Amino acid sequence: MATTSAAPSRRALPFPVALARPAALVERNLRAARHYWLTFVSGFFEPVFYLFAMGVGIGALVGSVEVDGREIPYAVFVAPAMMATSAMNGAVYDSTGNVFYKLKHSKLYRSVLSTPLRPWDIAAGEISWALLRGLIYSAAFLLVAAVAGFVPSWWALLAIPACTLIGLGFAAVGMAATTYMRSWNDMDYVQLAILPMFLFSATFYPLATYPPVLQWVVQATPLYHGVDLVRALTMGDLHAGLLVHVAYLAVFSAFGLWATTRRIGKLLLT
Amino acid sequence: MSLIRGTGLRKTFGDFVAVDGIDVEVAAGESFGFLGPNGAGKTSTMRMIGATSPVSGGQLRVFGMDPATHAPAIKARLGVVPQTDALDEELRVRENLLVYGRYFGLSREQVRARTGPLLEFAQLTEKTDAVVESLSGGMKRRLTIARALINEPSLLLLDEPTTGLDPQARHVLWDRLFRLKRDGVTLVLTTHYMDEAEQLCDRLVVMDRGRIVAEGSPRSLIAQHASREVLELRFDAADHAERVADVAGIAERVEVLADRLLLYVHDGDGALETVAARGVHPLSALVRRASLEDVFLRLTGRSLVE
Ligand SMILES: Nc1ncnc2c1ncn2[C@@H]1O[C@H](COP(=O)(O)OP(=O)(O)OP(=O)(O)O)[C@@H](O)[C@H]1O
Ligand SMILES: [Mg+2]
Repeated sequence: MATTSAAPSRRALPFPVALARPAALVERNLRAARHYWLTFVSGFFEPVFYLFAMGVGIGALVGSVEVDGREIPYAVFVAPAMMATSAMNGAVYDSTGNVFYKLKHSKLYRSVLSTPLRPWDIAAGEISWALLRGLIYSAAFLLVAAVAGFVPSWWALLAIPACTLIGLGFAAVGMAATTYMRSWNDMDYVQLAILPMFLFSATFYPLATYPPVLQWVVQATPLYHGVDLVRALTMGDLHAGLLVHVAYLAVFSAFGLWATTRRIGKLLLT
Repeated sequence: MSLIRGTGLRKTFGDFVAVDGIDVEVAAGESFGFLGPNGAGKTSTMRMIGATSPVSGGQLRVFGMDPATHAPAIKARLGVVPQTDALDEELRVRENLLVYGRYFGLSREQVRARTGPLLEFAQLTEKTDAVVESLSGGMKRRLTIARALINEPSLLLLDEPTTGLDPQARHVLWDRLFRLKRDGVTLVLTTHYMDEAEQLCDRLVVMDRGRIVAEGSPRSLIAQHASREVLELRFDAADHAERVADVAGIAERVEVLADRLLLYVHDGDGALETVAARGVHPLSALVRRASLEDVFLRLTGRSLVE
C-alpha cells in the first residue's frame, strides 16, 4: 500500500511520500483493528438489518411509493437510502468517537506529530481509514441488496464511489467537529445532528411528502444530497442534476478537510 | 557544528511568558541538560526544539534549519521522549516500534530489522507481544526511548526521562543513556534531579521562571556557586533561623531551610569541630559534598524538589 523510501530519498520523491505519510496512519489503524475485528464485522450488519426490517417489513405494509410519477417497490426505494445513511453513520462513527479518544485520551496525535507527519497527514490518514472501511461496507451492502432483488440498475456500481464521497464529507466534517469537543458528553451533539438527517432526508419517504418550505430545509442538508444521488444511481435514473449533489458533497468534504487540518494544528502544535 | 542554536528564544501563552529570552547552543556529541523546578519552562523549550511548538520570539535553528519552515525535515532526524509516555496503547510492544518507524517513512524490512535490537537495548525482549498497559513505569519509559530511536536519530530529546521511577529503574535507564552517548548520540534532557544532571550532562543550564540563571559543567557550577563541602545541622528548634547566630563566622555562607541549616564550607569536618568547640549541640550533623541542589538553592533561593 505505502510506497517505501528511506529518509535520504525523501526530497527526491515528493509524490509517493506525500501519500506514504497518511498511509502510515492507515496502517497503524489496520494493526489496531486486528485486535478489535469484531467491531469491524458488526459495522456491516447494521444497515443490512435496517434494509430487511424496512424494505421487507414496512414494505409489506406500504407496498410501493411514487417517485417522479413512477411507482416503485418500497424496498427498492429504501435500499439506496440505507446505503447512503450507513456511509454517513460509519464515517461519523470513525471520525468522532475514535478520533476523540485518540485526540484527548491516548494522545496518539501528539506523538504522531513528533514524527514527520503533519496535521494534514493526520486528517488525510484518519479519513482515508474511515473511507476504506466504508468502501468495504458499501460494496457488501450493495451485493446483499442486489441479491435480494432491490437494485434494478447496473449503474448502481457507481453508488459505491458515491458512498465514498458521502463518507468523505461526513468523516471530514465529523472530525473537524470532534476537535471542538471537550468531553464525551459533547458526543450527544453529534447524534443530535445525525438522527434528524437519518429520519428526514427523504430516506423513508419521498421529498414530495413535505410542504415546499420544509423541502427547502431538507434539500439544504448533506445527507439528502447523498441519498438522492445514490437512489438515482441504483435506479439507473441518470441526469445532469446529479452533478449538483456531487458538487455539494465535494464542497462539504473540502471544507471538512480544511477545518480539520487547521484545528489539529491549532490544538496540538501550541 | 552546533545541532541546536537558540538566541533570545521566547515562548508565550497569551500574556504568560513561559520562556523568557534564553540563549542555548548544543554541539554534536554533547550531552546537555536543562535543570529547573516545576514551571521553569523546560518542556516549553524542548517542544520548540522538537518543532511541535511555534517559537514566540527570538531565533531557533535545529540542524541548521528553522522549525517554522522545516519541521518535517527536523523531526525526521530527531528522537523525542516526551515528559509523559504517549505509547500507543492499542498496539502491542513490538507493534509500537514497527508503526512508529513507518511514520518516518522507513520500509517494513527496515523497521523489522531494527525492532529486535531496540527491544534488546530496552531490555524488553520478553515483552515483545505484551500489551502496553501491562508494562511497569520503567518498562514504558524504556519502550518510549526505544521508540524514539527507531529512526536512528542523531539528536535525542528527553523530557524528564526518569521522573516517577524507583532508584533501580533510574539506574537502568541512566546506563542505557550512557550507551547512547558513547555511540555518539547527542542527548538533550530536562530534569529536576541534581544527581541525574551530574550523572548525565557534560554541560547544563539552570532555568528558573523562563530564564537561564547559570550555565556550565556540573563541576564548574558547583565550584562557582557552592563551596567544596556542606555541613548540614539539625536543631531542636521551631525556626532554624534562630540558630544562625550560633554558627556565625564558621561558613562562607549559611542557608536556612525549614528543618536544617546548611553551612557552605571548605572543610566540613573541621567546621563541625568548630561548632562543637563553641558548645553548640545540634540534634544531628552531616558532612557531604556540595551538589547542584546547592547551586540551585544559591541561585534562586528555593530548593528544587518541593
Ligand atoms: N499550553 C499552555 N498554555 C498555557 N500555559 C502553559 C502551556 N504550557 C505550559 N504553560 C505554562 O508555562 C510554564 C512553563 O511550563 P513548562 O511545562 O515549560 O515547565 P517545565 O519546566 O517543563 O515544568 P515541569 O517540571 O513541571 O514539567 C508553566 O507555568 C505552565 O503553566
Ligand atoms: Mg516539563
